[in-house]
Amino acid sequence: MAEFEPVLLRRIAKKADPFLAAYRADGGYRALQKAVHEMTAAQVIDVVKASSLRGRGGAGFPTGLKWTFLPKDHPGPIYMCINADESEPCTFNNRILMEEDPHQVLEGIILSCYATRSSTAYLYLRYEYGRSYRVLQQAIDELYNNNLLGRNILGKDFHLDIFLHRGAGAYICGEETGLIESLEGKRAWPRIKPPFPAVEGAFRKPTVVNNIETVACVTHIIDRGADWFKSIGVPPDPKNPRDAGSYGPKLYCISGHINNPCCVELPLGVTVRDLVDKHGGGVWKGRKAKGCIPGGISMGLMTEAEFDTRLDFSGPGKVGCLGLGTAAVTIFDDQTSIVEVLHNICRFFSHESCGQCTPCREGTGWMLKIADRLRRGQGRLEDLKILEEIGDNIGIMPGTTICGLADGAGWPVKNAIRKFRPEFEQYIRDGQKSQRLELVQAH
Amino acid sequence: MSVLTEELRQKILAYLPRYPSKQAVTLPALHLVQDELRHVPLEAIREIADILDLSPAEVHDTMSFYGFFRDAKHPLGKTRLWICRSLACGLRGGDELLDTVCKKLNVHPGATSADGKITVEFAECIGACEGAPAVLIDDEARMNVTPDKVDALLDELRR
Repeated sequence: MAEFEPVLLRRIAKKADPFLAAYRADGGYRALQKAVHEMTAAQVIDVVKASSLRGRGGAGFPTGLKWTFLPKDHPGPIYMCINADESEPCTFNNRILMEEDPHQVLEGIILSCYATRSSTAYLYLRYEYGRSYRVLQQAIDELYNNNLLGRNILGKDFHLDIFLHRGAGAYICGEETGLIESLEGKRAWPRIKPPFPAVEGAFRKPTVVNNIETVACVTHIIDRGADWFKSIGVPPDPKNPRDAGSYGPKLYCISGHINNPCCVELPLGVTVRDLVDKHGGGVWKGRKAKGCIPGGISMGLMTEAEFDTRLDFSGPGKVGCLGLGTAAVTIFDDQTSIVEVLHNICRFFSHESCGQCTPCREGTGWMLKIADRLRRGQGRLEDLKILEEIGDNIGIMPGTTICGLADGAGWPVKNAIRKFRPEFEQYIRDGQKSQRLELVQAH
Repeated sequence: MSVLTEELRQKILAYLPRYPSKQAVTLPALHLVQDELRHVPLEAIREIADILDLSPAEVHDTMSFYGFFRDAKHPLGKTRLWICRSLACGLRGGDELLDTVCKKLNVHPGATSADGKITVEFAECIGACEGAPAVLIDDEARMNVTPDKVDALLDELRR
């Protein structure tokens, strides 16, 4: 196989100027010209559908299909919400795209709005990404000054405004209906679906919510075609009729106990082991890995023995993980206590549960209390059973919560217990304690 | 006497055309006020509600959900220093960094140093994991804040 040439990171890898003139000189806005002058909105949707692009935000839903759920011949307005709340722990690929090559993202947004006949796009940006905010605003201003945003874009009957909307530090805003509620100025409490946002979303109008990396892919799909996109990545498993394939490039984040933490772009389907050894420079301090989180903490945990798993849309599920998630891999070495990893994860979800559904609000708190008890040397063997039980019983899948983030809170906990049980049992039996109990704590 | 200056009020009003509902301006308005005053006083909540045709309780409901906004009893210091403690940073010394900073400034997380210069917060993942342990200085990330860099960072923020 030929060496993979970066697509989304192409300009970033050569440290290209992020602003309009340089982006255009590199072929930028060629795809938009092509779409607006030569294609109908329906044709743009057809190309994206044909590419089999799946959402990069975590759920992997086919993007073109999502767009077709919008009602036909709706009088409008139809809203585009861009999910740039990137809050899944260990995930930073969207930040890099926004900070280093904002026009690639904006071109994708404009194309997506053209396809869905949206005339307003809200880019919901987590507050913590201050630099992204300033870079994007400058790029958006350039677009207004160059007839690429506003009224009659490129002289056509196509009008679009893009507004940046800053969040205020809440993980739940990454859930698409939580995002919409937050955008509307309310608590970011997810909505019961249906109705899905495509039918009734922001301001009770049809709405599409797409991730930053997803729309960046749209730019290249329109520029280079669906067949090109499908020449990258992993085709569907013929034995699994529900597998829609894992096509295209993907940004993988590598962090934790690794020599070279970074964001790298590869065809979907790389193994964790290749990420660690070939791209992350190996485990730090000459140590061995104990395990990793494969796609943000909500996707669960993998043991080192599972590192040959392919990180595509169906790979992580084969070893009991929730899914590809954000493809953010965080390695922990063999000298890290699994109890510390569990405690860190439980602390996150207990802090970030939005509090709407009781099983998640209470369950995440109980899991943290139990994890804390373990690290204080006061754990009991039956605590492991309780943790598993909570993990199994919060979420959309068991049917106890409104949104899927609760599934993500339970998954790493039950994975941790089931995959690292001997270590937990040893820890409890020996009455081991965390070495970090004296550190300042805040919940 | 209103808490919101005319300039601040105009900045809030300028957001209205962006959205089909006035309520959507709640978060932008709260950000504008907190950026200016380093907290959001109750009177500002009432005035925002008045501009947006909401009950003050609705503005307060949204404000209090996010845990990001400070009331009059807990104003922010000159700089808000967020120290990330989520997994990628936690594995590379994030908790220890939070501990060190709190002890050096003699504060608990959430509190402000006696000189009013630095408010220390713990953060959940700030998306700067390739530079763990990382911090946010207001809304700008600073990466690889290893223990040897703490004194220089605090000196910089106290200036």
